[in-house]
Amino acid sequence: MSTKPPPEHAAPPPELTPSRVRFWMVCALILALALPLQLSVDAGLFPDVLNPYYLHLLTIIGMNIILVASLNLLNGYLGEFALGHAGFMAVGAYTAALLATKALPSAAALPPVLGTCIILVVTLGGAMLMAAGIGYLIGLVTFKTVGDYLAIITLGFNMIIVNAIQNLDFVGGPRGFTGIPKNTNFLAVAVCALLTLGLLRNLIQSSFGRVWVSIRENAIAAELMGVSIAKAKNWAFTIAAAFAGLAGGLWAQNQQFITPRSFDYIKTTEILVMLYLGGMASLSGSILGVVAYTLLMELLRNLLSAFAPQLAEWRMLISPLILIIIMLTRQTGLLGNREWRWLRPRQGA
Amino acid sequence: MGLRITDLTKSFGGLTAVDGFNLELGDRDLQGIIGPNGAGKTTVFNLITGVYAPDRGQIQLGEHTVSGLPSDAIARAGIARTFQNIRLFAQMTVLDNITMALHARAGYGLWEAAFRTGNFHRQEARLLAESREHLARFGLLERQREQAGSLPYGEQRRLEIARALATGPKVLLLDEPAAGMNPREVEELIQLIQQVHRDFSLAILLIEHQLPVVMELCREVQVLDFGQTIASGAPQEVVRNPLVIEAYLGEEEAPA
Repeated sequence: MSTKPPPEHAAPPPELTPSRVRFWMVCALILALALPLQLSVDAGLFPDVLNPYYLHLLTIIGMNIILVASLNLLNGYLGEFALGHAGFMAVGAYTAALLATKALPSAAALPPVLGTCIILVVTLGGAMLMAAGIGYLIGLVTFKTVGDYLAIITLGFNMIIVNAIQNLDFVGGPRGFTGIPKNTNFLAVAVCALLTLGLLRNLIQSSFGRVWVSIRENAIAAELMGVSIAKAKNWAFTIAAAFAGLAGGLWAQNQQFITPRSFDYIKTTEILVMLYLGGMASLSGSILGVVAYTLLMELLRNLLSAFAPQLAEWRMLISPLILIIIMLTRQTGLLGNREWRWLRPRQGA
Repeated sequence: MGLRITDLTKSFGGLTAVDGFNLELGDRDLQGIIGPNGAGKTTVFNLITGVYAPDRGQIQLGEHTVSGLPSDAIARAGIARTFQNIRLFAQMTVLDNITMALHARAGYGLWEAAFRTGNFHRQEARLLAESREHLARFGLLERQREQAGSLPYGEQRRLEIARALATGPKVLLLDEPAAGMNPREVEELIQLIQQVHRDFSLAILLIEHQLPVVMELCREVQVLDFGQTIASGAPQEVVRNPLVIEAYLGEEEAPA
């Protein structure tokens, strides 16, 4: 599987006009829609139109965007083929679950909105730190490994993490972790997803991002330009793992129940499918890939269960099929190597 | 003293690729290494830049011993190079190829980049201005938004030299820069190297297969054959040396 899409979009970007859509404008728009939406659904307004199911879908999309965008840092920009993203997510999910149930008071004991915010900052911060630590370790261990070997090692780490959790009784072992308070909602996920996209965009469009892409393009040349490959790679792994941990922390406090099996390589594969569907080295692609995949899966679920309920699980067949079709027909994905304007840097500053 | 190499030796299996190589390259010198294919020229560059660790010998850059250091540390110490088979960052823009080379002088940290602080914006503007100035000097400014891999061959060579110089090296190693060029491009390249030698305060070491390039550029050359220096001195004298003529015999490019 090649991580370098063919140079299909060689045309220089058009000159940018001053009145362009900016990142903060998109954030403001999304939050301006998300806040009333969340409040209306919470209050049970217009139950026919604003089905909580839609909000649930949007929440899933938000968490998946965090996962896919952060994996894009490794597989798209750095040009590695990491296969253990669900493992970092598991670390984040269990850390957040432990913090929320064992270390922190329940949200009811704290002032209403502020209390939830504090709980979220602590649990998600803990999840990110813990996952970042594990990511740093994996980066340290694999610093000389590339290509197939790195893929196998990261896959192995994913399995180790899942199996370790299965054997830890104080987090429920194979039965799963139950009774996690529901501290997140769509609004919190939206804020986190926008924050992730913003921070990743900033890093990618800085000297750090240029160094990561240069390693993908020609590691030997990058090294002889004075880049410490080990250090640059380690930063990328740490950062990607931290955001996967963030998604895990949100996941745990949204689903309220997690089992080790929900973070095995099947989840990693799902993240990969969304990443490749959207396209490598493109945050816009990550967003589009997640939205397209999630909606397609839900549509298939509804269609199949409406016509033939016994076929509903067959939709899981579709996801690997999509991956095969992308790899055969359009290796750049929907938006490989291209960015929407609001995610592009300001030129000529 | 720019670069001083003593008794550099490297074997691969039973084959001694470089055997007791010595070099004294002054601060502003422009020297050449010539020799038939497989003589060990590129191995010398790979030893200097830390791609291979030498079996024996010492490489000194100014006062510092750089032999034994990892490649990236040697590069940061001030030795930049180009490659016989061009190694650009093909899918990055021409501008980013240069700006990337300034990474060691970015002047901001990870947190400043992540949160786009005032310092980040100032430093980025400086990097951008420096890169554009650098590109303009090499006549590549109008290409800045194009992908490096889409440039014509001659311009890719020029960009690679420009990128190496952007790191601010004390010593520039050029590995067969004229390979695959037509006579007009070779003429442009010779002028470019002369201009670089004049405008930048650095020493240049050149590997070349085409003798006219070396004859025109270098005042001193070494001839390698089977890893050993068989002659050194002014290029006009060296090519009359019987050992050199013998080494080149049977080669399609016998010295003129």
